Amino acid sequence: MSILEGEGVTKYFGGLAAVSDVDFHVDQSEIVGLIGPNGAGKTTLFNTISAAIAPRPGVIRFKGKRITGLKPYQVCRMGIARTFQSVKVFNNMPVFENVRLGSFFGTATRMSSAESAKEAEELLDFVGLSAMNTTLAGDLTLVNQKRLEVARALATKPELLLIDELMAGLNNTEVAQAMKLVTSIRDKGITIFMIEHVMKAIMGVCDRIMVLHHGVKIAEGTPQQVATSQTVVEVYLGE
Amino acid sequence: MDIIRGVFKMPRLWWLISLILLVLLATLPLYGSAYTVILITAIIMYVILTVSWTMFFAPTGYLSLATAAFFGIGIYTMAILGEQLPLLPAVIAGGLVSFVVALIVGAITLRLRGVYFTIFTFGLVELIKHLLLFWEINVTGTRGRFVVLENNNTIFGVILGIFVVLMLTYYLLRRSKYGLALRSIGENEEAAAHLGVNVNLLKVFTFALSAFFMGAAGAIMATRWTYVDPYVAFNVLHSFLPVLMAIFGGMSQLYSPIIGAVIFAYIEEQLLTRFPEYFMLIFGVILVVAILYLPNGLVGLVRKWWQKGLREENVNS
Amino acid sequence: MLVSALNIVINGLLLGGLYALVAMGLNLQYGVARVLNIAHGEFIMLGAFITWAMYTKFGINPLLSIVIVGPIVFIIGFIIQRTLFTSLRTSAPSQPAFEGSSMLASFGLLFIIQNVALIIWGGDMRAYSYYNFGINLGGAVFAANRLIALIFAVVIGIAFYIFLVRTRIGKAIRAAAEDPTTAGIMGVNINLVLALCFGLGAVMAGLAGVFLSMCFPIYPVMGLEYLIITLIVVVLGGLGSIPGSFIGGFILGLIGSAVSSWQPSLALAAYYFIFMLLLIIRPKGILGK
Repeated sequence: MSILEGEGVTKYFGGLAAVSDVDFHVDQSEIVGLIGPNGAGKTTLFNTISAAIAPRPGVIRFKGKRITGLKPYQVCRMGIARTFQSVKVFNNMPVFENVRLGSFFGTATRMSSAESAKEAEELLDFVGLSAMNTTLAGDLTLVNQKRLEVARALATKPELLLIDELMAGLNNTEVAQAMKLVTSIRDKGITIFMIEHVMKAIMGVCDRIMVLHHGVKIAEGTPQQVATSQTVVEVYLGE
Repeated sequence: MDIIRGVFKMPRLWWLISLILLVLLATLPLYGSAYTVILITAIIMYVILTVSWTMFFAPTGYLSLATAAFFGIGIYTMAILGEQLPLLPAVIAGGLVSFVVALIVGAITLRLRGVYFTIFTFGLVELIKHLLLFWEINVTGTRGRFVVLENNNTIFGVILGIFVVLMLTYYLLRRSKYGLALRSIGENEEAAAHLGVNVNLLKVFTFALSAFFMGAAGAIMATRWTYVDPYVAFNVLHSFLPVLMAIFGGMSQLYSPIIGAVIFAYIEEQLLTRFPEYFMLIFGVILVVAILYLPNGLVGLVRKWWQKGLREENVNS
Repeated sequence: MLVSALNIVINGLLLGGLYALVAMGLNLQYGVARVLNIAHGEFIMLGAFITWAMYTKFGINPLLSIVIVGPIVFIIGFIIQRTLFTSLRTSAPSQPAFEGSSMLASFGLLFIIQNVALIIWGGDMRAYSYYNFGINLGGAVFAANRLIALIFAVVIGIAFYIFLVRTRIGKAIRAAAEDPTTAGIMGVNINLVLALCFGLGAVMAGLAGVFLSMCFPIYPVMGLEYLIITLIVVVLGGLGSIPGSFIGGFILGLIGSAVSSWQPSLALAAYYFIFMLLLIIRPKGILGK
């Protein structure tokens, strides 16, 4: 069953269509990759899903319910969490509090202070930041800030996690760690929709891949199908 | 040295100190002169304006200059309702009217960031002032209003009460998850929204909450002035002094804006009685100097010296 | 009816020309130096009072005061930017932090300049009579000084506009406004450009003060009132958009003149009402990006 579906999702900026009539779906417990050259509209598509912007026209459904027109906080509480392409951690707040905010406000049910603290500690441990509880988020390295964003998003107890370029700028070891992190999130039963430029990673972890180019979905399929698709190769070589 | 350092980490002792200070203040009319009571009333009024302004600005970074508007709304509420209602309900009404106006203004303007918001709130004071003037000249045909007079000790008691409620509110807000959420809004509004924070509601409500205390303070102070007109009630200075006092004292600790307000309000009283014509000039100079040289306020400066002192001592020992 | 309409239009154009000039100055300071200069209105007041003093003490023609007021306010603006705002800019942790602290500092400047003026000139309203005879235009009679002020305000406004758009320095200034870091790398001396802009912005306000003093009574606390109008013009035209300020000035001048002819005490409230509507409907302003 599809946890997330989009029909005819379109978004214009000025006269330009950043996303144009895209249909998509993400199934329960899947890891779906979203790739495409720079400016293909990937982050814009994520923004429409997380309700940062409203698609016009187009409809997005989450677990069968229409979410277009909702506010970001409502979508988050329904179970969609996200990370950001350009890191948006709360620089002057300790790592621990960054995560706690998510469990306080982003979950569907209320959480007590003690529960949220326990939850935050477990999540920081899960992403490998437990040693940095009290560090200010702004003092972390970029890699760790990205991990913090994942922990923070997980604190909202999502069913679907949108990951926007987790691996940009990481070295090989770090990419391998990040790939492991992504699969272990899925093992928790969380569905993943991820934008990624690191091909090795995306081919390695994704069950299915969608390709956007100039706002249009030009291909979709298993990693093998996408890698051998004539159109995709042309788009990437044409760059 | 360790004992002294430990003291500052003991919240229970803080509570005790606060309680003793509060008892001393509350009993002031018993041993203080009439002048002292009036002076302290004025100082507490500034403390209330400063702390309630800080309550919204410090976590969110939204610089409001509407303090004079909410204070003035409280004054005018008292002027209009003072004869019909007993004192306390009238004071609360002053706060509530400000609260409601702030809800509406906040809902409209808190989508605006940075300088737009500040300009808007600044203009709000002028707008209300001019509309009231127009109303008084063209509709009621009067200029200004008389306010029911209250006894100085009663005014002092009420303003102290508002101060205590405000401090408890601010303390609880800072410690609560909503305090955390407000800070996250100040850090990155977009990220906060995507983590489930109802950013707009929280901003507007906190803005209105701070306006409640400004309005209540205005309502009780009106009974001291006996006669108010739009120029007195909506004095732009009441928007700036709290900002200056908060900058002067700092905003990192619960008590820092209080210290700024107390010191500054005392200086203001002295300057106003001795050099009334130079007051605003000196005020401007202090504002510029404070912004240039006291980025974390007086409290921040003292804490910096304090920590430096400790470090040197550790090196020596 | 027609005559009163003409009256409203001419008055509106005069006010509009003055607003446009002042607003372009403010926008230049904000657009380039990122200082929302609340003390901007004080430069209008300084220009007006210097002109008044020169005329009543030494009988210097108000139009000649342009060459006196210009350099004086330019130097004041230049120095303020080089000292106060440069120091704030280098120590600020972020752009929004600088915008906040510089705006507050400019409030301090407002109080300083205004109160120095109060000490020197006292709080009274001042006015002088210059070319105060009527000129008949299509049945309506206008004071000559108003027409002169209007023409000068418009000509100088256009001159500044051309300077910014066409000349080399103007282009450097606009480059710095677009992207200070890159402009710095491209060989633009950023601190000098910022100070230049600030000085020029002050000159626009000062000259508006010169023309204003020819037609309206002046007083030391007048700056704030004009500043609020200027802020509304700038928001109307779009923060950072110089042509926006130019057009916005005239729009607001005409509206103000129309409302004033009906209910003088409501003019400011009307400005503010427009401002509120605008912020709700289109916060970027009519020509904002």
